[in-house]
Amino acid sequence: MARMKFLCDADRCIECNACVTACKNEHEVPWGINRRRVVTINDGLPGERSVSMACMHCTDAPCAAVCPVDCFYTTDDAVVLHSKDTCIGCGYCFYACPFGAPQYPRVGNFGTRGKMDKCTYCAGGPEADLTEAEYVKYGANRLAEGKLPLCAEMCSTKSLLAGDGDIIADIYRERVVTRGYGSGAWGWRSAYGETIAV
Amino acid sequence: MTRLSKLDRLIAVLALGLMAIVAWPDISQAQQINPTAESVTEDALMEALGGDAQVQGRISIPDELASGLIKPGNSGWADTHGGPVRTANFIAVVGMLAVLVLFYLIRGRIRIDSGPSNQRIQRFGALERFGHWLMAVSFIVLALTGLNLVFGRAVILPLFGEAAFGTLSAWGKLAHNYMSFAFMLGLVMTFSLWVVHNFPDKVDANWLRHGGGLFKKGVHPPAKKFNAGQKGIFWSVTIGGAALSFTGVMLLFPELAGSEANWQLNQIIHGLVAAVLTAVIIAHIYIGSVGMEGAFDAMASGEVDLNWAKEHHSIWVEDVQGKQAQSDDGTAPRPGTQPAE
Repeated sequence: MARMKFLCDADRCIECNACVTACKNEHEVPWGINRRRVVTINDGLPGERSVSMACMHCTDAPCAAVCPVDCFYTTDDAVVLHSKDTCIGCGYCFYACPFGAPQYPRVGNFGTRGKMDKCTYCAGGPEADLTEAEYVKYGANRLAEGKLPLCAEMCSTKSLLAGDGDIIADIYRERVVTRGYGSGAWGWRSAYGETIAV
Repeated sequence: MTRLSKLDRLIAVLALGLMAIVAWPDISQAQQINPTAESVTEDALMEALGGDAQVQGRISIPDELASGLIKPGNSGWADTHGGPVRTANFIAVVGMLAVLVLFYLIRGRIRIDSGPSNQRIQRFGALERFGHWLMAVSFIVLALTGLNLVFGRAVILPLFGEAAFGTLSAWGKLAHNYMSFAFMLGLVMTFSLWVVHNFPDKVDANWLRHGGGLFKKGVHPPAKKFNAGQKGIFWSVTIGGAALSFTGVMLLFPELAGSEANWQLNQIIHGLVAAVLTAVIIAHIYIGSVGMEGAFDAMASGEVDLNWAKEHHSIWVEDVQGKQAQSDDGTAPRPGTQPAE
């Protein structure tokens, strides 16, 4: 099985936010929740770079380690998913996540956190694949249809890459060698404990 | 005048020329910079920020919190929560239970040495008992639901399955959030009612020297309304309870805690203080129920057996009986007629 990863080639990202929009549309993510976001580093300065970030589907995910109800699980494709039926919205995973991926809808009178929502790598949830129940809770399951995450698939500059970790690392390495520079595989060290050596 | 101004002009021209010479290499350097290749790299950024800091940027969606890109420090909190905090809770709870079982096996139930007298003496009024039970009931709920967050996935999840455990924990979270306010009210009540009786004095030193009579039958060092052990519980609950209340409110309202690092610090303090206080309260529950004959009455009906009171709170009994005798004789003015101080 493939080990799925995300890789944002920040030297190509033009901060168009299309990945953010596509994600929201594909999964009908509720108002106020962003499974993916684009952050601009050194804004307005020489060397400014934008990075598209979502759940990185970590190896030994810290969210899964701190979850009091153990609602996280890792699929055969190494995608980190969770069960919204079990989640209690405690917020621990947000404070454990190095990427700010977990999001919570506001429910109740005191801004109580609802059940956590995050990027599913377009792989749905624990419900049966491609069912209505799965779509309502977790959004589309493109992986079950043999497709890759939409954010990466429709990226206009092919900055955001999704797929098997080794393959996208090779693509990135080739790009860096060809153009002579690269700002690094953002988040890889925190997520996978390794980065891409060029 | 004209010569002077000519000199001025000459200096000005020379100065301009000098500036141009100094500035010239800068311009040529700027032309050599490749704005595409001169990128900010993740590795350099991480190194410059240091280990725990986060990589922060600008974000166009209306959520400032989302502008933190990478926060490597968060895994440190995750490790602490899943490691030392969990271990401390395990040692505190299981360790205290083991100590108490051992104590019970060796010492057995502490009886009233002179037997029950069938005479009662009022120890705690209705308000005192209400404050105590308000805090006690809420604390037990808070402790159990809190321990569920730490050990539930290891203990309860395998027993009841994911669905039942998830529902239980969801209710547990609500109970933990809302019962905390009852606990805080009880804490304020008991503190205001009892703080005057809980300042340490010489009697406590003597009580502690005799081990409170806990370890030897027939030994009963004198004590006032509260002995040194109870004072220890009082201050543990007051200080621990205040710490739990403060950090708990921070956890409940993350905006008050400020940064994520502050929230994480509050969470770790909350978990560690809770572990210690839970152990203290387990011992308190033991000695107030199974561990000692006649002790539970104090918080149940509020009236205790006179012989029990004489053995465990001799000075307090003398005080109360002395006052009663005085008021019965009519030698002392009744409380109601006392002039205001």
